[in-house]
Amino acid sequence: MTAVPREDIARSTRPEPPSALAAAGRVFEHRLYQYRRSYRGSIFTSFVNPTLFLLAMGMGLGSYVNAQSPDAFGGVPYLHFLAPGLLAGSAMQIAIFESTFPVMIGLVWRRIFHAMYATPIGPRAVAVGTMLWIAFRLTLVSSVFLLVSVFFGAATSPLALLAIPAAILTGLAFAGGMGAFMATRRNPNAFSAIFRWVITPLFLFSGTFFPLDSLPSSIQPIAWISPLWHGVELTRGAMLGTLLDDPVRALIHVAVLLALIGVGSSLFVRNVRRKLAA
Amino acid sequence: MPAETASPPLIHARGLSKRFGTFTAVDGVDFDVEPGEAFGFLGPNGAGKTSTMRMIGCTSPASGGTLSVLGMDPETQGPEIRGRLGVVPQADTLDEELTVRENLVIYGRYFGLSRSECGRRADELLDFAQLTERRDSRVEPLSGGMKRRLTIARALINEPDMLLLDEPTTGLDPQARHLLWDRLYRLKQRGVTLVLTTHYMDEAEQLCDRLVVMDKARIVAEGSPRALIDQYSTRDVAELRFPVGVQETLGDQLDGLADRIEHLPDRLLLYANDGEAVAVAVHDRGLRPETVLVRRSTLEDVFLRLTGRTLVD
Repeated sequence: MTAVPREDIARSTRPEPPSALAAAGRVFEHRLYQYRRSYRGSIFTSFVNPTLFLLAMGMGLGSYVNAQSPDAFGGVPYLHFLAPGLLAGSAMQIAIFESTFPVMIGLVWRRIFHAMYATPIGPRAVAVGTMLWIAFRLTLVSSVFLLVSVFFGAATSPLALLAIPAAILTGLAFAGGMGAFMATRRNPNAFSAIFRWVITPLFLFSGTFFPLDSLPSSIQPIAWISPLWHGVELTRGAMLGTLLDDPVRALIHVAVLLALIGVGSSLFVRNVRRKLAA
Repeated sequence: MPAETASPPLIHARGLSKRFGTFTAVDGVDFDVEPGEAFGFLGPNGAGKTSTMRMIGCTSPASGGTLSVLGMDPETQGPEIRGRLGVVPQADTLDEELTVRENLVIYGRYFGLSRSECGRRADELLDFAQLTERRDSRVEPLSGGMKRRLTIARALINEPDMLLLDEPTTGLDPQARHLLWDRLYRLKQRGVTLVLTTHYMDEAEQLCDRLVVMDKARIVAEGSPRALIDQYSTRDVAELRFPVGVQETLGDQLDGLADRIEHLPDRLLLYANDGEAVAVAVHDRGLRPETVLVRRSTLEDVFLRLTGRTLVD
């Protein structure tokens, strides 16, 4: 038994507290420990979901859509139009899910973040580590999604690889703000309202399933403020190979998403700090 | 610990305060904790014990006064201080999805320890906490006592200079409490400084070399359990319980029997140095209580004397 100090404990050697990034890495590592329990199911699901959607909507529904209006989707088959939209939409949903319940578990239900804060880990590391974890999950899920899309023939350009970072940016643009919001809650009741009134409309009306210009022109500007729309545009540009046709436009999308990530994560850090260091 | 009187206190607090808006949780308390001692905060719920502990643990900034922990300033050196503390919070904060051993290993990682070192210490601590047989089971189904022991083991993973325990045995059954006290006593024997809060007198008497009594955000008394009892109470107490309705009719019939009499809703406490003599004198006056119990004074009596209230109601 040497883990318990015996004498002159003050002189015993101990590591320096981890640096800010290393501390965030430890928070990430904690999630990795949890993930070891469920990764098989999780990876299986990330294959099954896109397969089902691309089969049912891309090929099933798509065959009617293509027959009815072959030019409606910029001259590409509906499957090719749909796949990137679904990828960006799933990235949003996963990021929101990962920044909702884990934050409640950390701050309220099991107070795991409070346990971390009793060590050299600070609120910034907690929030940044959580964001890193979400980025990791998004990387996994969008890589699998892209792989399935390639299998379906829905991505042929080498640029399609850029759909992965595009999907990560899309997800993170939501994660910071959602995490910041949940950090102020005592229970997740508001979550179902957010899902119903924010997430679902965004998912449906951000150019995910159909082009924006099929909407009445009065509604279109609403879609422009949707972070998901910027994400869908980027992801679709990458997967259709048209991303670099208008680089300025692409950069604007990236800038909008980066700005949201910046604002969202600072609010996330601030709110976690308020909760932990009261 | 070597008896070095020159070594500075591990905690030094003067006029320490904590306010939440207009509510004052801690109102200007002074105390020092010396290396190697077991120091307690005794008081009822809401007395300010947990707020004080959180300030010491550098997870809650002080609103006023001065505080130094391990010779450092919590305001600017929080992470350094926390790296050398072990904290056992009031409510368990274990990750119930992980196994017993994983909880220890990941916690060690938060302190910047290598994975192999975390594993080595985790195995030793599992032994210390008598949890080796449960090392690979998930935390969720463990009993309350086991979870508490795991939380204490977890708090030791960084070989802390000082262990902070906030109500370590609240909610445990007597057997689990005694097992826990035994583990804490062993730590104390090894020279670990213990700082704990409790609202149990027996816990304070068992574990603390020195304690402060807190009430309504202030410290109302300080000393060793023995010294506090000597100072604020008599050696013995005779507890008299009368049939319902009789206690109120006694009037002055008990006058002069004891140094001091406390009227509780359900019984009378007669404070005297010879409790047996009091019991006899009560009988001689023709009074017939339903039960008579003569016992030694405890910290409960000290608290009653100081605040006019019992600790746990």
